[in-house]
Amino acid sequence: MTITTDPTAIADEIAAANLPWSVVLRAGQRLQIIDLHGNQAVDTLFWGVRGETPDPALRYSAQATVAAQRNIFLTTGSVLRAADGTPLVTIVADEVGNHDTIAGACSKESNTLRYGHHTVHQHACAENFLAEAARWGMGKRDIVSNVNFFMNVPVDADGTLGIVDGLSAPGKSLTLQANTDTLVLVSNCPQINNPCNGFDPTPVRMVITG
Amino acid sequence: MSTASTQGARSHARSQAAAADLRVPVAPVGVAPVWAESVPAGSYTSRVLGRGTRLRLADPDGGACAHLLMFRADAPWERLNVADTVKVPWQAYLGAGHPLLSDQGRVLATVVADTSGHHDTLCGMTPAGQQAMLLAVHKNGLDIRDVAPSVSLFQGVRVAADGDLEFTGTAGPGHAVDLLIHLPVMVTLTNTAHPLDPAPALTALDVVAWRADDELTAPVNDEPEYLRALFNTETTWAAAQNAE
Repeated sequence: MTITTDPTAIADEIAAANLPWSVVLRAGQRLQIIDLHGNQAVDTLFWGVRGETPDPALRYSAQATVAAQRNIFLTTGSVLRAADGTPLVTIVADEVGNHDTIAGACSKESNTLRYGHHTVHQHACAENFLAEAARWGMGKRDIVSNVNFFMNVPVDADGTLGIVDGLSAPGKSLTLQANTDTLVLVSNCPQINNPCNGFDPTPVRMVITG
Repeated sequence: MSTASTQGARSHARSQAAAADLRVPVAPVGVAPVWAESVPAGSYTSRVLGRGTRLRLADPDGGACAHLLMFRADAPWERLNVADTVKVPWQAYLGAGHPLLSDQGRVLATVVADTSGHHDTLCGMTPAGQQAMLLAVHKNGLDIRDVAPSVSLFQGVRVAADGDLEFTGTAGPGHAVDLLIHLPVMVTLTNTAHPLDPAPALTALDVVAWRADDELTAPVNDEPEYLRALFNTETTWAAAQNAE
C-alpha cells in the first residue's frame, strides 16, 4: 500500500464504502486516491468553482475530455475538461490505467434494466451524487456522465462494451492535480451486481497535498 | 421598392416570402408530416413531439452532423442519458434497434431505421455547437445545466483496441435515421461540425416527422434490457393517464 509521508498533507481521509465524499481542491493541489482493497470504482464529477460555488459552465464533460485526447481511456497525462475545453484537473500519476469515462454512474433505475426489477431498491451512485450535489446547492440537472476511476470498460471492434474485471489491486493509486479551483464530487460506488467493485464495495483513501 | 414609408416597407416585407427559395423536406408517400424543416449548416431547431411520432433525420447532401438532445416534455429534468444509452444495451455504436434511454430507465426513442451507420456517442459537440444548443435549450426554458452529453448522427467515430478514436466521417449523401418517440419529448438539434472532423464541410440537415402510433405496439428488439426499458416506459405512461 502507498503510505503518504508527505508532511505537507492537507487532509488524509477515508471515503467510506457505498457513500459520497467531496472536497474543493485549490489550483495546484493534488488528490491521491488510493484503492485500499483493489477494484473499487470511484465515480467522480468535477466543477470549476468560484469561491465555494460550483460553476455550471465549468462542469466536467466526458465528451470534451475524450474528444480532446482522442482516446476513451483516462491515465497519466489525461486532462479532465469542462465542455468548453477548460482544464479542471490533470492525472499526474497512475498505477492502474484505463480509467473509464463513457459508462456513467449506476442508478436504481438503470439497474432495473441491467439486472432486473429486484434491484430497484439497492443503493446506487446516482443517489450519492444527488445527495452530495445538494450539499453544494446543485440538483439533478447538474449531474452528467462522470469519471469511473479504477473501472475497466473496453469497447470491442463491433462496438460491444461492458464493465469487466478491473485492472487495479490493493493499494494502487492515482493522483490528480487541480488546474483551477475544482469541486471533486465522489460516489464510492455501491454496485454489487457487476465486477466494478469486485462484487464487494470497499473504502478508499483520499490524500490531499499542497 | 422604396422602404422610406411604412407602406413601402410593408410591401417590401410582404414581397419577400413569395420570392424566397424555402427548402422543405418531402415526407414519405402516404404520410402527413407534423414537422418538416431543413436545418442549414451551423443552425439549430427544437420541437415538442408526442408519443408515437416517427422522426426522420436525413443527410441529403452528405455533410450534415446532427447533434441531438432529448428531454421529457412533461418532466424536462428527465433527459437523454448517453452513458446509459451505450451501457445498458452493451453497445457503443448506434444502429437500428438501439434505444435512446433516459436517466430514469425509460425509452425516450428507439432507432427504428438507419441507412448510415456513421454515428457517435463519445465526442459531443464543438464549442460552437454547444453555443447553438444552448440557444435551443434556452428557448425551451432550460439552461446550460441541461446541455448534457449528446449523440451525433451522420458523422462516425470508431474505437480502437487501445481506446484511440478514429473519425470515420460521413456515409455519403442520401442517408437517414428514423426515431420512434415513446414518451412526449422535447427534441433539440444542432447541425454543427463534429469535434474530430478535420475539414468540416457542413450541409443541410432535413427533419420530417409524422404520426406512427401503431408502431409502438411491436418491440423492434427482444433483448431483455430493452424489454424492461419498454416495461418501465409503458407503465409510466399508463399510470399518468386520466380517465377517458
